[in-house]
Amino acid sequence: MPGVRSVEGTAVNITVTVTTFLAAGIEVIEMVAIVVAVGATRSWRAALVGAGGGLVVLAVLVAALGTALRSVPLQPIRLVVGALLLVFGLQWLRKGVLRVAAQGWGVGQGEEHVDDTDVPPGRFDWTGFVLSFKGVSLEGLEVAVIVVAVGGAAGALGSAIVGAAAAVVVLAVVGAATYRLIARIPRRALQLFVGAMLSAFGTFWAVLGVGVAWPSGELALLWLAILYAVGGLALLHLVRGWQSSADGNRTPDDATTMEGAQ
Amino acid sequence: MIVVRWIRAFVDFWIDFIVGDDWTVAATVLAALLATWGLHRAGLSAWWLLPAAVIGATTVSVRRATQRTR
Repeated sequence: MPGVRSVEGTAVNITVTVTTFLAAGIEVIEMVAIVVAVGATRSWRAALVGAGGGLVVLAVLVAALGTALRSVPLQPIRLVVGALLLVFGLQWLRKGVLRVAAQGWGVGQGEEHVDDTDVPPGRFDWTGFVLSFKGVSLEGLEVAVIVVAVGGAAGALGSAIVGAAAAVVVLAVVGAATYRLIARIPRRALQLFVGAMLSAFGTFWAVLGVGVAWPSGELALLWLAILYAVGGLALLHLVRGWQSSADGNRTPDDATTMEGAQ
Repeated sequence: MIVVRWIRAFVDFWIDFIVGDDWTVAATVLAALLATWGLHRAGLSAWWLLPAAVIGATTVSVRRATQRTR
């Protein structure tokens, strides 16, 4: 049979393994992107605990349902997770725009957290946990469905599991390697772009969740992220314009009052 | 009492997570999702509505926040 190799007595269907690796890889990229974004902007501990929690829930689901996973309705899960990610992502996009407009791009470089009100010091960051948990459990569920669908259809579930596991390991290593690069980006700027990215994921899933297909399929995620990031930058430009026109209209007495209030 | 405090903290967490600083953004997202579903049910193209609503709601919200800080 073409594409089948015997490895120490176990038949590995190379075609199924590669197909699952590529298909699951797309979902795993999304999963790793959310965990790295949450870790870099909020708390690595919360992001990793959330990812671990998501994987545990997923393992329980896979163990309990097995091949019945194919019948799990993904649409309502996508709608709920997407809507929640979207409203949270928009809060960050909005905060990012306002903060960069007020303090500039460079502020916050090397800080551990975005600011004290976002991540209370000394306390576990439950928001970061929930974001990471939802991203990993939804994407993980989609990976599990791909494994069951591709592996089950070809009668090579083991090969499909190998392909998906390889995708998780390879992309998790890539995600871990990008940490130092991301740590160099000022936190305010990161908050704006992570807000755009989370909003893109949220929009993509929520629209799929109401049963509407994207004309460009998975590519919609990319153009949505670009649209929101460019929209955020345009908004930043607008805010600076509004602020400078307000400063220009302010009388010396107003300026004294504003300085006193700060 | 500990249970009541825990429930209150849980509810506060989700309100903060969903509503945040401006409830109108979350309300617009909800309304846009309902409208997307309605357009889809009517057999019309609907994928464009949520991104358009998101950009509009964020612009209005940021504009309002900028006016407040003046």
